[in-house]
Amino acid sequence: MSTDQTVDTAVDLGLEAAIEGSAPTHEELRGHQWLWIMRRSLGLTRTRIGLGIVVLMVAIALFGRFVAPHSPTEFVAAPNAGPSANALFGADALGRDVFSRWLYGGLTVLWLSTAATIVGIVLGTAVGLVAAYSRNWLDDVLMRGNDVLLSFPAIIFILLAVSAIGPKLWLLVITVGLTHAPRVARVMRGAGQEVVERDFIKAAEVVGEKRWRIVAGELLPNVTSPLLVEIGLRMTYSIGIVAAVSFLGFGLQPPTADWGLMINENRLSISIQPWAVFLPILAIGLLTVGTNLVTDGVARAAIGLDRGGKS
Amino acid sequence: MSSKLILRRIGLGILTLWLVSLIVFAAVIALPGDAATAILGKEATPDRVAALRDQLHLNESVVTQYTEWLKGILTFNLGDSAATQQPVTQLLSDRVANSAFLVFVASIIAIPLSIGIGVWTAMKRDKPADHVTSTVTLVLAALPEFVIGMLLILIFATGLFHIFPAVSLLPPGEKAWQHPDVVVLPAATLIIAVTPYISRIMRGSMIEVLESEYVTMARLKGLPERQVIWRHAVPNAIVPAIQVTALQLAWMAGGIVLVEFVFQYPGIGAALVDAVGNQDMPVVQSVTMLAAGIYVFLNLAADLATIMVTPRLRTAGR
Amino acid sequence: MLGLVGESGSGKTTVGMALLGHVRRGGAVGGGSIRIDGRDLSALSQGDLRKLRGGTVSYIPQDPGTSLNPALRIGTQLTEILEAHATSMTAEQRTARLREALEEVALPSDDTFLKRYPHQLSGGQQQRVAIAMAFANRPRVIVCDEPTTGLDVTTQARVLETVRDLCRSHQVAALYVSHDLAVVAELADRVAVMYAGRIVESGPRERMFSAPRHPYTRRLLRAVPDIAGKRTVVGIPGHAALPGSRPEGCFFHPRCEFAQDDCRKAFPPVTDLGAAHQVRCYHIDQVAREAPPEGAGQADAHQIGANVVLAVQSLDAHYGSRHTLFDIDLEVHHNECLALVGESGSGKTTLARCVAGLHKDYTGKVRLGDDVLPGAARSRSNQARREIQYVFQNPYASLNPRRTVGQAIARQLTLFEAAGGRGEVGRKVSECLERVSLSSSAANRFPDQLSGGERQRVAIARALAADPKLLVCDEVTSALDVSVQAAIIELLGKLREQMGLSLLFITHDLALIRTIADRVIVMTDGRIVEQGTTEHIFTAPSAEYTRKLLANTPSIEVALGNVTAPAS
Repeated sequence: MSTDQTVDTAVDLGLEAAIEGSAPTHEELRGHQWLWIMRRSLGLTRTRIGLGIVVLMVAIALFGRFVAPHSPTEFVAAPNAGPSANALFGADALGRDVFSRWLYGGLTVLWLSTAATIVGIVLGTAVGLVAAYSRNWLDDVLMRGNDVLLSFPAIIFILLAVSAIGPKLWLLVITVGLTHAPRVARVMRGAGQEVVERDFIKAAEVVGEKRWRIVAGELLPNVTSPLLVEIGLRMTYSIGIVAAVSFLGFGLQPPTADWGLMINENRLSISIQPWAVFLPILAIGLLTVGTNLVTDGVARAAIGLDRGGKS
Repeated sequence: MSSKLILRRIGLGILTLWLVSLIVFAAVIALPGDAATAILGKEATPDRVAALRDQLHLNESVVTQYTEWLKGILTFNLGDSAATQQPVTQLLSDRVANSAFLVFVASIIAIPLSIGIGVWTAMKRDKPADHVTSTVTLVLAALPEFVIGMLLILIFATGLFHIFPAVSLLPPGEKAWQHPDVVVLPAATLIIAVTPYISRIMRGSMIEVLESEYVTMARLKGLPERQVIWRHAVPNAIVPAIQVTALQLAWMAGGIVLVEFVFQYPGIGAALVDAVGNQDMPVVQSVTMLAAGIYVFLNLAADLATIMVTPRLRTAGR
Repeated sequence: MLGLVGESGSGKTTVGMALLGHVRRGGAVGGGSIRIDGRDLSALSQGDLRKLRGGTVSYIPQDPGTSLNPALRIGTQLTEILEAHATSMTAEQRTARLREALEEVALPSDDTFLKRYPHQLSGGQQQRVAIAMAFANRPRVIVCDEPTTGLDVTTQARVLETVRDLCRSHQVAALYVSHDLAVVAELADRVAVMYAGRIVESGPRERMFSAPRHPYTRRLLRAVPDIAGKRTVVGIPGHAALPGSRPEGCFFHPRCEFAQDDCRKAFPPVTDLGAAHQVRCYHIDQVAREAPPEGAGQADAHQIGANVVLAVQSLDAHYGSRHTLFDIDLEVHHNECLALVGESGSGKTTLARCVAGLHKDYTGKVRLGDDVLPGAARSRSNQARREIQYVFQNPYASLNPRRTVGQAIARQLTLFEAAGGRGEVGRKVSECLERVSLSSSAANRFPDQLSGGERQRVAIARALAADPKLLVCDEVTSALDVSVQAAIIELLGKLREQMGLSLLFITHDLALIRTIADRVIVMTDGRIVEQGTTEHIFTAPSAEYTRKLLANTPSIEVALGNVTAPAS
């Protein structure tokens, strides 16, 4: 019994290689993986939209104060007055201009969330990579500590600290950073563990490279992809949490203009003057959506990059 | 059996909770100034301060204070609220019931919904429906839960429609399930907050499983497609979803804080926020321990469920 | 049985799957036809195709570990293939057939076994379950996709025997896809050789192996080491063309010593040589006239020094509480290649790691010259670390993907103070690269821009940059195609001569040892079972284990009947 097979070069294997993910093609960016990932991530439309939104909102937060028609504490109309020539979106519960307060209100959210993200990323990455590389008692201890911190829902941890010490901004930065750190540590440890398995780490050990050099020089550059994604995710959460804490009244105190605080101050009169609540909600919402879209684009661009390029 | 593995996990959970209690207790130590004076505030006469110090064991060593407090926590003897002087347990029991109801309603809808969306988008991979859903989930996942809550209020309670109450006021003494319209918007907020994560994970895991060698093998064996999906693919794909579901439920323990505050829903989340404002430490500590306890418990349940569902782990050592 | 032979990227797996009407995601059938039993696959509906798979044509996968569903019991997975196709049978008949299938592959068919999950079975057992599944419906054709990859030699021999016997007893036609020429020589009736997506030669087994007519086939045979045959191997220069970058004309012409103008223009048509032997080449007459290239004397006698470079005394190693090495003694002399042979789990890699300082949990002594070395590489002197260098198995993982080749070698030079200032480093890097036959322009490339063979050369260059006395080679060719492997072996032989290097060569491939080693140590279960010169081991082994290994290792020469099996 025989079967007749006449298979010519029929299957298009070329397509397959494309699916697997291609190695970087911009030769000039080879050494700068970060830049390459960023550039590639902009290939997707919605990432571009996200970036646009982020740029817009950051501009408003940073420079809004220079174009505001009134000062944030000035009284311009009757409380909860509707839109008028003097106050574009009406007045808030105390009679101050909603639009001006909105233009002033983004700065604190921005710098608090950036600072907290930096704290969380630096701490979390250090812990995660050290834990991944040590593979011994140090790993266990660090992960236990991690688990303990992770047992607190983020907002509750922050509220616990605030109840004891009071609504201080530096406290906010530290506690929000501390809620990020264990989550980042977990992700970086996972990524690190995969890299530590590879032989080039052993190759460095066999020639006697020092431990810190291996973690910083061999391990870290090979986890850029998950690191970039984590930065994006943490930034999104930071903005949300920082705004939330202000919303609860434990961030900036009145009469300072702040997006989160504005929502709190004006929500009782939401049915008569929705703008005072809607504008800050819109700002926070757009900012977080923007950062998340960019993060998603970065995550997609980074897929397959650290595979080691099997040919 | 893998009982050794299970016991070890439980042991670790208990250890974690103990360390958590240390941190929660340390918050009181961090109170600037004298705790008793701070709590009594204006009503701080020397007698009352002394009496309160006695009651809170503030004259004794830190270790004794800790052990007394821990004993109290474990026996549900949570002390008195500093703000109302009423027993904490009394204050919280109704609230706990309301919050539990809210979480229950949200979960019972969110979990099947998100698993369904995850499987469906995995099967329709890269088609327009998938892209649209992906963008929508990306947007929803980004929004902080209080933003979602406020948006729902703006749309359904004030601005556009006036269907649901903006504020979840309950007549005192009555339970949440006796006034279901009060629960709708808060539950919807939680559902919208949680569904994107679970569905994305489910989709990702389903896609990975559909590309696995054993699913390809099942197709090469000539099995009907239905069998390939439901008998071969789904049981393997669901495992990561269990982890994420438990994590999201645990997240809700913290998520209710903001959601309840937005809607002024009478649950323990709102109680916590009030307590923080009043520096009412007994309430703050009790709620924190409760939340952490739920978190640890749910994580443990997720681990155990994963072991049960993965034959490789279940039969380890056999 | 038709053996389909090719190296990676040749497309052989794709062909195998195409027989079942299956293409991988993203691929599509572009032309030609596939006919099973007279029926054209592309004309079949989805339902008919489904009936075909598992019923008329079945598939034995490469890796049963990942092809069996980890969440389902063995019994379920076996029954369902019968349920899907043997629809005319009753349940009892199906159960009877199931038991028959399991008995044929020498597996128990009782309920306890059927209730097991795949992870509770050994690799060999998993593969036999896959074989039982394939034969259960008495198909007409079976496609075997390298089913013995990853199995050790003894298990492999048993699995091959099972497949061969079942094919004969059930009169099944089989396509055996493999990169291993020796296995195909023992199993197949006819052989087809693929290169870069096309079949370049096919014919009966004897003719293909004793008188191949295509330049690629010939060179491929010259690259394959054999336990009973020649002592040297020759590599093929260059590397295989990837899909998407295949050259005009004959795909092999860039690497072919017979290439002329007509080869560059169009792919050669089929030439029929009679007796079912077909070739696609323009110059078969010339090929027939010239003898195949001989290799440089790799295992020829050369001066082995008297002094001992490395000595291991009474070594016992542990992994946590497990005792993995027992009382190991060995010596490596100057300019000698000592091979460590064993199946997986024999402890050979652990031993190599102890020598290199990567595994410090041991008792006993490791001596470099006269000095006893501390267990961890970190605790050793720089001089000691310089003199023992290590090359790893996986070329895709042993180079930091974020460093250029030049940076990796330069770092090595800096660590061991082998270079002076800036300018000198660059020059030395080029020197290192040229030594391993790579152009100095490779210094600016990243590892993922190089092929597997090139990466392994870089790894060797990096190790040699330190000018060591001993090079530990840990399965350095196991992840490479056979033609690339041969090139690396040639390179190692040359370097040994040039630099007076000693080699500690770890491998599971007995045939490879014949080409490179002076002395051999055979290990199993953490113990040394036999030591001796290569000649001795292959012609007159004393240990039972060694004899068994030799008997189970496939060999082209033995299969063709040219030589009697060694040590028989």
